[in-house]
Amino acid sequence: MTRVQITVDGEQTEQEVEARLLLVHYLRDVLGKTGTNVGCDTSNCGACTVHLDGRSVKSCTVLAVQADGSEVATVEGLAERPDDESGWHPLQKAFHTEHGLQCGYCTPGMIMAAADLLSENPDPDEHEVRHGLEGNLCRCTGYVNIVKAVQTAAAEMRGDKVEVDA
Amino acid sequence: MTALDNPPTKNVGVTRLRKEDAHLVTGRTNYTDSIQVTGLLHLAFVRSPMAHAKVARVDVSAALEQPGVVAAFTGADLADNWAAGLPCAWPVTEDMASPTHLPIATDEVRYVGDAVAVVVARTKYQAADAIEFVEVDYEPLPAVVDMEAALAEGSPLADTTSASNKSFTWQKIDGEIDDAFAGAAHVTTRRFLQQRLIPTAIEPRSVVCAPPREHNEYTLWSATQVPHILRLMLALTCGVPEHELRVIAPDVGGGFGSKLNVYAEEAVALVLARKLGKPVKWTETRSEGNQATIHGRDQIQDLSIAFNEDHTIRGLKVELHADMGAYLQLVTPGVPILGAFMFNAIYKMDALSFTCHGVFTNKTPTDAYRGAGRPEATYAIERLMDEAAHELGVEPFELREKNWIKHEEFPYMTIAGIEYDSGNYEAATAKAKELFDYDGLRAEQQRRRDAGDSVQLGLGISTFTEMCGLAPSRVLGSLSYGAGGWEHASVRMLPSGKVEVVTGTSPHGQGHVTSWSQIAADALGVAYEDVEVRHGDTSVAHKGMDTYGSRSLVVGGYAVQVACDKVIAKARKVAAHLLEASEDDIEFDSGTFSVKGSPDARTTIQDISLAVFAAHDYPEDMEPSLDSDATVDPENFSYPHGTHLCAVEVDTETGHVEILRYVAVDDIGKVINPQIVEGQVHGGLAQGIAQALYEEAIYDEDGQLKTGSLLDYYVPGAPDLPHFITDRTETPATSNPLGVKGVGEAGTIASTPAVINAVVDALRPMGVNDIRMPASPQNVWNAMQAAKANGGDA
Ligand code: FES
Ligand code: FES
Repeated sequence: MTRVQITVDGEQTEQEVEARLLLVHYLRDVLGKTGTNVGCDTSNCGACTVHLDGRSVKSCTVLAVQADGSEVATVEGLAERPDDESGWHPLQKAFHTEHGLQCGYCTPGMIMAAADLLSENPDPDEHEVRHGLEGNLCRCTGYVNIVKAVQTAAAEMRGDKVEVDA
Repeated sequence: MTALDNPPTKNVGVTRLRKEDAHLVTGRTNYTDSIQVTGLLHLAFVRSPMAHAKVARVDVSAALEQPGVVAAFTGADLADNWAAGLPCAWPVTEDMASPTHLPIATDEVRYVGDAVAVVVARTKYQAADAIEFVEVDYEPLPAVVDMEAALAEGSPLADTTSASNKSFTWQKIDGEIDDAFAGAAHVTTRRFLQQRLIPTAIEPRSVVCAPPREHNEYTLWSATQVPHILRLMLALTCGVPEHELRVIAPDVGGGFGSKLNVYAEEAVALVLARKLGKPVKWTETRSEGNQATIHGRDQIQDLSIAFNEDHTIRGLKVELHADMGAYLQLVTPGVPILGAFMFNAIYKMDALSFTCHGVFTNKTPTDAYRGAGRPEATYAIERLMDEAAHELGVEPFELREKNWIKHEEFPYMTIAGIEYDSGNYEAATAKAKELFDYDGLRAEQQRRRDAGDSVQLGLGISTFTEMCGLAPSRVLGSLSYGAGGWEHASVRMLPSGKVEVVTGTSPHGQGHVTSWSQIAADALGVAYEDVEVRHGDTSVAHKGMDTYGSRSLVVGGYAVQVACDKVIAKARKVAAHLLEASEDDIEFDSGTFSVKGSPDARTTIQDISLAVFAAHDYPEDMEPSLDSDATVDPENFSYPHGTHLCAVEVDTETGHVEILRYVAVDDIGKVINPQIVEGQVHGGLAQGIAQALYEEAIYDEDGQLKTGSLLDYYVPGAPDLPHFITDRTETPATSNPLGVKGVGEAGTIASTPAVINAVVDALRPMGVNDIRMPASPQNVWNAMQAAKANGGDA
């Protein structure tokens, strides 16, 4: 067992863990932060995407011990006020308004991957969004509305005037 | 019954942002794997690495020594716990063969992934470690992999206890089929292959079962589409009285048919919770799921179509070989049978013969995957129409138009004996062609052909209809299905005027909470925000037939509407009583009851709710309650239809296919929430295109699954799919008061043939007349080479 200190969504956590424990299981099973999902065992689906020191990673490919001393951000910490729509992150709002989710299982990873994409490229075109999210699978939406949501959020984050239909 | 022409609409028909989203986008979710129960133990299964073998010995003793292990059981250890094998609810023929399917095999394993033992440990890591210590001696048996070889004389048996590899032959003949072919001016004959698919809902399957605590009941949470069916079937399989089992489908991350089942692991969880008196959890790994969760499709389709001189269809013969896999799961044999009603599609003909052979192989069982039997049928007939048009030397649209049911001919009794109530194929097609710029693209295609461009353009058409809203119970009965197709809803009027709607449908991404709120809000004249929808828990929604087959809105939404109508009928009585008027004089509009001719005499549904709660003053001939239930059984299926057009570029040097433009015009009748509808179409298109271009579950000749994980089973990501242009035409359904037809499967059904027709169209000048799906660069390349070897087109 190894002691790790990981800041998760701004909160300091400290636990004894097995060396082989995956970061995603540290989040879900040790801390009870079940907002981040697991969709595969081959690092293909991206459902588990979180930010590690500001960059998106698939948390099923990182060991908890590798994250020792790091900052992890998950979808649960993204909103200023998760229980009030006006306190949501622009990506959370846009996934909602553009219907970028159905079952929602891919959504936490999709949103975290998109947040990283927008930090690199604040104004991606359709092609760039599609390729930027290539590591994240969605089986429900066919991706069209995910692309729209990411672009809508990008516009809001850039401070452009956003027109939300619906 | 007819749809209202102008329903008093405020919510129905307009986009309301989904109520479901708030917890999903903020990570405050409750999927089954997230459920914690005090003292929870974890299960891991030992699975056969062989497609077919005798199980000579299973020894769990070393596993029991491992850290954290609490118990371990072989199939034999648990054999006495089953009251019955895992159920198949659809015995399609009286003599259908169905091997006994124990949740854990005892002496013979029949596919890679068949479970032979289960280990129970304190953590999931410990359980996963310990299964490595279970010793199993397998004596390999020959694997049956190919369906046609399986039926040949002397074939090895997929199940050594059975007489043959045939499960059933099911046949339906309508009209004089021999005459139709004897007198034909032209006959087109083709064989098409429906490859095997792995549904791949992004949430893996998961189950938690807790033994009785404060109530005398087991609680079982499952990532399922069918909590009600599961409750009944698990009760029967495990010998637990039905009233002592509560099944909950919490947040469920997609299903597409793969969670429309009664699975071994669910039964094992219940039996072990009983045996150990402890709560247990199992969540599949994706690779485990590729073996242990049902697969879809997998048919060999032989078709012949006979034409008259004037290109009208005389008759169609269909012979299917459908791969059941090693066992019959919940509706395995029924899936291909649904095709019996759909191969004739939107076309008129005088005769139709349909024969289906269900065949056992040593592979994962197949079952319903998005569309279930209808995509397979649509693919074959729409491919066949293109091939026939080519042989007859006419435009593919011309042949379709000549043969489809004209809009003025509805309602139309088809050759298969079901009545299409409404539709307008002309309107959908005209709209699709316009959005697509069909003529412009044809011109561009010609230009590239003339120039000998290495990147050729192909245009693919698919018209389609499907039978949705499963289903009229008497029809299911006539097809030997084990249950009905009704749906249930309750509406509870709370004293404060708020409303709870309880539905028997069980959503897993479709947005029922939003859509049902819209229906109830308008029917009751209350605010959309004042409606809450409850579902997916058998102790809350006590009755239901759950969610599959594009049935939820058509049958479940219908039930919500009828339950609301009953509330209003009761409230009208109370209003008359309170306003001292005759019931006939009470008018109801948008939540307000008023007396005809005395506009000041009025009250609201909220006031009446409170008055009935207080019960100080209500009509003598009624109970003090507005609450209402409805169980509706549809009188007919609903028949969405549409026209999809796809343009592809095919690189003739590499075989690479790229979708250039995709237009889907669907007629799904009336629409409750346009945004949700569009999302359903998008998702369906993605899955249908995935079958056309990307996905295939591959077994080698030893029955080994070569696509055992997401590394080698290619599920398309965002860069692999195009933007979709979607639109609608609208002819309301007449079989339900909402006029709705269902939308869950439409995109999947039409898109596969549209894409493949486009690819074949691009390569037709090279002599290519078919492409094996998926149309991967390799399969396209092979088709081009084969055509070349044949000397090109005739
Ligand atoms: S769970 Fe699939 S990539 Fe991490
Ligand atoms: S919304 Fe279901 S997988 Fe993306």
